[in-house]
Order: sequence, then C-alpha cells, then structure tokens
Amino acid sequence: MTTATPPSVPVDAAPATRTIYRHRIATRLWHWINAITIFIMIGSGLTILNAHPHLYWGAYGANFDHPWLNTIHWPSYVTIPAHYNLAIARRWHLLFALVLAFGLLGYMIASLANRHFLRDLRVRLRELSAANLWHDFREHLAFRFHDPADPTAYNIFQKLSYVLVIFGLIPTMILTGLAMSPGMDAAWPWLLDLFGGRQSARSVHFIAAAGLTGFIVIHLVLVILAGPINEVRSMLTGRWRVPEDAA
Amino acid sequence: MSLITRRALVTGAAASAGLLLSGCDQVAQVPALRKILFSGEIMNRGLQRALSNRDALAPEFSAADMSPRFRVNGTHNPNTPDYTAMVAENFAHWRLQVGGLVARPLSLSIAQLRGLPARTQITRHDCVEGWSAIGKWHGPRLGMLLKAAGIRDAARYVVFTCADLYGGAPYYESIDLVDAFHPQTIMAWALNDHVLDVGHGAPVRLRVERQLGYKHAKYVMRIDAVDSLAKVGLGKGGYWEDHVDYDWYAGI
Repeated sequence: MTTATPPSVPVDAAPATRTIYRHRIATRLWHWINAITIFIMIGSGLTILNAHPHLYWGAYGANFDHPWLNTIHWPSYVTIPAHYNLAIARRWHLLFALVLAFGLLGYMIASLANRHFLRDLRVRLRELSAANLWHDFREHLAFRFHDPADPTAYNIFQKLSYVLVIFGLIPTMILTGLAMSPGMDAAWPWLLDLFGGRQSARSVHFIAAAGLTGFIVIHLVLVILAGPINEVRSMLTGRWRVPEDAA
Repeated sequence: MSLITRRALVTGAAASAGLLLSGCDQVAQVPALRKILFSGEIMNRGLQRALSNRDALAPEFSAADMSPRFRVNGTHNPNTPDYTAMVAENFAHWRLQVGGLVARPLSLSIAQLRGLPARTQITRHDCVEGWSAIGKWHGPRLGMLLKAAGIRDAARYVVFTCADLYGGAPYYESIDLVDAFHPQTIMAWALNDHVLDVGHGAPVRLRVERQLGYKHAKYVMRIDAVDSLAKVGLGKGGYWEDHVDYDWYAGI
C-alpha cells in the first residue's frame, strides 16, 4: 500500500466566473429600441427605394437624368410591407424615423449624464497608434476581443465602430432623411447645402444605410464569436460574465 | 459555446427576423395598431409646422439649375370628351370656378387668369416615389384668388377638383389655409416659359411647394373653400389619401 502524492492542482484551474455590471439601462434600452427601429427602417426604406431604384447626385434627378447607381429591385422577403405598397412603407418609415431621431437624442443625453461616452467610447490618441491597431487586429483574428488587463474596456475597433455609428452614420441617416422632406427644406435650407441638394442627400441616405447594414452584420458575427448567450444576456440584464481568456 | 448552439442561434435570429417582417404586415391590418402607425403623419406635421415659419419659402433656384427635361407623371392626358373638346378650342370656354365658403364665387376665363398679377418661381418638384425635377412655374397666388372671392372665416381647407378621372371620378386634393395662403402657392398656367401643356396639367395646376407631387393637382376645374374634409371624397381629403393610404400632409 502506497500513498501517492496527488499532483498539485493549480489554484486557478477552475477560477470562479466573475460577473460584472457592464451595460447601463440607457444603453440597453436604446440598443433594443434601435434593433427594432433600424430593422423597420431598412425594410420600409427598401420598399421606398423600389418606387424609384435610381440614385443621382445634385438637386434634381428623374428618369431623363443620369443616375450614378441603379439598384436592384429589392425582393419581397427584405421589404416592409412584403408586397409593394409605397404608402404603407412610408407610414412605417416616417413614424419610426421619429423613434430613431428622438431615441438617439435621449440616448446621447443619458450617455453624457452617466458618463458612458467619456468612460467607454472616448478614443485616446495612443489607441490609434499603428502598433496598437495592428495588435488589436491580430487579437481579433485570434478571436480575443478583450484586453486581459481591462476586460470591460472596449477595444479600439469597437470604439471606432460605435463612434462611427452613433456620431456618424445614424445622424447622417436622420439629416439626409430630413433633407429629402420638402417641408424641412423650407424650414432648414442649410440641410440642402450640407449634402449638395436633395438627390445627393437621397444618395448619401442610401450609402449610410448600406454602411449601417454592414455594421449590423459585423456586429452580429462578433456577438456570435464572442459568445452570444453572455453577450445577449449582458444587453438584457446588464450583467456580463468576464470571459475566461480575459479573466 | 458549441457549434450547434451557435447554429441554433443564427437560425433563431433569422427566423425571428422573418417573423418580425411578416409581423409588420399584420400590424398594418389591426385597426388599433394601424391608428398608431398612421399617427406619424400628425406628429410629423405638428413638428414641421412648429419648426418652420408659416411663410418659410421652399428653396428657389436659378435658370442654370433647371432639369433639362421635366418628366410628366400621373395623368398624361385626361382624355375625356369634355377635356379633349376644351383642348381643341384652346380652353376658350374653360372656366376656373372658385366657390364653397366664399362671399363672391368666381368664374375665371383663361384670359382673365393669365391677366392676373403672377409669381414666377424656379422650384424643385419632389415625387413621393423619390425623384425630383426643377422647373420654372408662373401663375397667380392662390391666396389672392381666395381673398378676391372673399373666403369666409369658417373655411379651414381648400379643395381642388380636376378634369382627370381616377376610378371614374375627378381627381381631388386638398390643403389647409397655411399652405393655401403661402406666398409660393400658385395656380400655375406656365412651365419653363411656355403655356402649360396637357402632360403637365393644362390649363392650370396647383403648386404647393412645401409638399410632395401628388398634392399638386393638375387640370384644376374647381377650387372650393370648406370647413371640413369629412364630406370630401371618402373623408381624407384626396384621391390617394382615400384610396391608397397616402398621408394627407405630404411635407415629408
């Protein structure tokens, strides 16, 4: 009978999972309102685009003018409503445009007040260094999205894409949308100067929507890669489990 | 996270997107939800009216900015026996009636209409479909006609009845008095320095520059001041509003 000495077990082999409060109520609320709103805006927007699937630069543009882009006819499985009805598509689009615009405004005020912008989204100069960008890029390729030293911090690509969407793409969608309204053009003529005419605004509206769609696709892919249950839960309850690779 | 769960999640997300898409179509059928969906028009009108000066002008352009060719849309030719006869005699017996809630109904010949002081404006026409064309319009202000007819205090809207038929009945549209008395709201009888042709609404059409194209009634025969839209058509104030759910307020 021999007594074998059990191999020493490293203390950190089974670390207690650490859960932190990551997303505050304003962020979570806005995220889900936007998820629905942008879904409706893209679907109804594609129906509206189907009414005249040609894009122009400048103030005017119609059938006898030269379009820079003829889009495809958007199929019924991506449009709202499924069967072409411009009037109903406009009802969806113009109601949810208000949700989008005032939602962004509310979220921006809340995120200044709760310091979400300053704390989480402020891009520091050193983060933009080539070395850091390259490092984060390689980390992404290895599916490591969190800085082990500070796992709750957004990485630089996250920061840049959120900043681009919150301060770039969504405001551009709203302003180009307003620039297409003949009533708003009378009220705020500077909207047209900003984009170089109504048809240019319509083109920029489409390009920004394509950019936003690209963001959503990448966002969803990264949520899946980062662990969808943990990520979705954190956006519902605010509680986020710190991944083991970053613990 | 196993691959199975991931696949289930992606499938689930795609399925819920599909459900949401078809859900939107069902929402539009439920009367109570439809009412919410249609309330956007009231909010947008309220916001736009609150944000803009009552007389804020739609942008005007220079001759160099004009569309090389101003496309025809909607009715290309009313093609009714009455209208064809009017065209044949150059609208010699055509009359524009101004009536309803007015003290002195008017009946204007084309010569009288063309003799009135007129406004010229190079403006952008925006179709609800998304295209725009810039043209030069010329005609008397609607507000001037309404004042000449002695519009009554009870009047709230102005209704246009046209010579072109939709579903067998004359096309009709309406605007409120804010737009009716707007400086750029004119009864245009010329486009790009030529007398209005049949395609663009001869002999006279409405220009209401802060709204979309379908509000700009062509082939106008009658202008009536009314206190409510309830008795106009099916009650929503215009052919497209009554039959195809378009917004009555088309400033957006």
